[in-house]
Amino acid sequence: MPEGRTGSQLDRNRNSLLVLAPRRIAGTALSLVLTFAGLTAVTFAIARVMPADPVLAIVGDRAHQDVYDAVYRELGLDQPIFVQYLRYLGQLFEGDLGVSIMTAQPVLHDLLRFFPATLELATVATLLGVLVGVPLGVLAAVRQGRWLDHLIRTVGLFGYSVPVFWLGMLALFVLYAKLGWVAGPGRIDIFFDGMVEPVTGLILVDSALAREWEIFRNALGHLVLPAGILGIHSLAYLARMTRHFMLEQLGQEYILAARVKGVPERTVIWRHAFRNVLVQLITIVGLTYASLLEGSVLTETVFAWPGIGQYITSSLFNNDMNAVLGGTIVVGVCFVGINMGSDLLYRLVDPRAR
Amino acid sequence: MSRVVRLVAAMWCVVALGLVRAAAAPPDDIFVMAKDVGDVITLDPAEVFEFTAGEIVANVYDRLMMFEPEHPGQIAGGVAESYAISDDGRTIVFRIRDGLRFHSGNPVRPEDVEFSLERVVKLNRTPAFIVTQFGWNADNVEDLIQVVDARHLRIEVTEGLSPGLVLNALSAGVASVVDRELVLAHAADGDLGHAWLKTHSAGSGAFRLGKWKANEYIALEANPHYPHGAPAMRRVFLQHVPEPSAQRLLLERGDVDMARNLTPDQIEALAGHDDLAVDSYPKGAIVYLAANAAHPVLGNSTVVQALRHAIDYQGMADSFLAGQFAVHQAFWPAGLWAGDASTPYELDIKKARSLLEDAGLEPFDVRIDTLTSSPFPQIAQSLQATFAQAGIHSRIVMQDGRTLWPRYRARKHELIIARWSPDYMDPHSNADAFARNPDNRPEAGLAGVLAWRNAWASEDINAMTIEARDTRDLDAREQMYLELQRRLQTEGPYAIMFQQIDQVVRRRHVKGFVSGVNFDHVYYRMVTK
Repeated sequence: MPEGRTGSQLDRNRNSLLVLAPRRIAGTALSLVLTFAGLTAVTFAIARVMPADPVLAIVGDRAHQDVYDAVYRELGLDQPIFVQYLRYLGQLFEGDLGVSIMTAQPVLHDLLRFFPATLELATVATLLGVLVGVPLGVLAAVRQGRWLDHLIRTVGLFGYSVPVFWLGMLALFVLYAKLGWVAGPGRIDIFFDGMVEPVTGLILVDSALAREWEIFRNALGHLVLPAGILGIHSLAYLARMTRHFMLEQLGQEYILAARVKGVPERTVIWRHAFRNVLVQLITIVGLTYASLLEGSVLTETVFAWPGIGQYITSSLFNNDMNAVLGGTIVVGVCFVGINMGSDLLYRLVDPRAR
Repeated sequence: MSRVVRLVAAMWCVVALGLVRAAAAPPDDIFVMAKDVGDVITLDPAEVFEFTAGEIVANVYDRLMMFEPEHPGQIAGGVAESYAISDDGRTIVFRIRDGLRFHSGNPVRPEDVEFSLERVVKLNRTPAFIVTQFGWNADNVEDLIQVVDARHLRIEVTEGLSPGLVLNALSAGVASVVDRELVLAHAADGDLGHAWLKTHSAGSGAFRLGKWKANEYIALEANPHYPHGAPAMRRVFLQHVPEPSAQRLLLERGDVDMARNLTPDQIEALAGHDDLAVDSYPKGAIVYLAANAAHPVLGNSTVVQALRHAIDYQGMADSFLAGQFAVHQAFWPAGLWAGDASTPYELDIKKARSLLEDAGLEPFDVRIDTLTSSPFPQIAQSLQATFAQAGIHSRIVMQDGRTLWPRYRARKHELIIARWSPDYMDPHSNADAFARNPDNRPEAGLAGVLAWRNAWASEDINAMTIEARDTRDLDAREQMYLELQRRLQTEGPYAIMFQQIDQVVRRRHVKGFVSGVNFDHVYYRMVTK
């Protein structure tokens, strides 16, 4: 390839990127604004039209009418719904998500406490899913139709179809109650709580930073089971999807051509076939991670894990609409952030997407 | 491939590190309970009206009058050492106990009691009615509660209430004495420290609030200077474990000392366990069926009487409610002063049918509203089955409280199964809810009153409730409440069915936990291990 041509092509690319970058950034920003405006509007509307009474969540069912009326006014519910929404948006722009009924704390404070718990759980579970599920999927595709393929597919089917709640209870019963191999429900033994200064909110990271290895071990002991249960679920899904994508690629003519040319099988699988499923895998892994970041309510309930899923669900049950709205925004941010991250990764692994 | 295999193997090694169990049993001076504490929304004693928060407040604050854990059925002076009642019964002078100190180190003074009661009235949150029934309101309360001197406080009631009732009401959570100096130091926008006290404490009780981490735990720290002696437990944790099965596993492993929300079948399964013991405490909560008198059929008192005969009280108590509820048919709990333990009703389908025939009624359809949480669905199903035998076809609609309570408060139900717990330890607490309805018009909006919710009122019963409320002679007052309960058993819109029994399971070496009759009479200060 002539050097001059390459140089001018690079210049053209750079120039076109410079021209396109502001447009792309503006487009992304606009789409973000519209997404969040839609998200807050829909969530707000659902919260207000639900056949549940947020005032009773505060005053209780026995409250006398004058107490009820006073709190009704305090919450601004006597105002038209669009006034309530605009007021909420105004507070939101100031970084004020309101105060939670359930915890009596600012919602932002709650989110900074509950979200790291879910982030820690979801990240470990996703790592487990990717590091075990993807190789298993590749292995199953390479050994298609043999006993190993059947075994991996059966394990995958089991992991994907068994209810997390049931599996969680069973694992707790066997591994915690009977064998005593792991610690029980909760994020850490409560006597340790508060002994490490929260820096990131991730106990493993914070205890490692503080070199509190006993607390690190305790937290790890608590994390293993819920992360493992969630990990098995995502592992099973990722193994199935990887197998499917790999089989598609292994049937392509370029694979046959590579084999005919005598390219080693390991190279055929990992450098040719696997590279071509990466884009699809990034999408699947991103979605799996995002869904775990929403908070796995059942897992968090079984393991008494104080995460965002349990927070949003119990807020919903308590008509705590500020908390529900705040939690929904966090989940929205996660989805948008992970989508953007996936976009960037596409460009790294696939030149056609640049 | 081998690189991937090595990577996976390395990851499993990291996971295996976690498989070395790192959890430990609570130390000897720390008491840990597994409990669903998701009902806590505030810890300000002027606002607390939920079960878990009520018991926290009972351990963190001393009240003007108290039910002490040594004698949980007997009212005694708390912050008040003694009291003197005027001849007309409208003025009570309290002598404040000497030497009491708040956790902050500030002395407990009559000014603190005055401030505590006044802020309840001025904030006017849900439990404020317990003291506003004395005739107190935001405009007159400063005149009616006065500091006499450094040791005495005088209160006046404008209504002609029985002094016994006033003293009993002043043993409720709203009579918790807060540290005036500390609370006012944290007041903002004239809120009398309300926002701060929701998540902090300013009391003089056996424990102070360490930390409330919603959805995780509530931690209490012992008050080493408590007048009855420092609690043996340096710290108490209520660990939030919403799932009963997880509570059971934690208890069996010894990672918690007590489980508070186990189901009857779990408790039965643990009954023979060597290291565990089950304790049962009769509580004041009652479960009842109510009929909306505005309904064209249910407004007929003969129909309600027929319903009372079409309930299998004992069958339920002996089966799915075993150990957790006992048959009880009066509005005031058995075992308390003026409590009526009589059970005049049992399942008698013939009687129910004959009553319906006497009323000239054909078989009819009715809707039963109830909560989704156990044991309400099971009770509803039992009622549905026995009502059907009597010719009443019912449809059960289960909802959670978010939709059920607005419906009940708006008088939109037909039949409803619900629970009621006394607000304070005086029969007027329940009589005022079940019996008295001073204005039955829908626009009166007395949604806190059960009789109004059920569109039922009786001038005669109203007058009797007021008379019992105001009578000073204890024996005469007791007879009035017994009579009132008997009349409600036949005339009211209710079929009262059960009284709750609280069952807790503890590690056998844990002793001294006290759970009194009322929901907030739960004490930790005598716990030892």
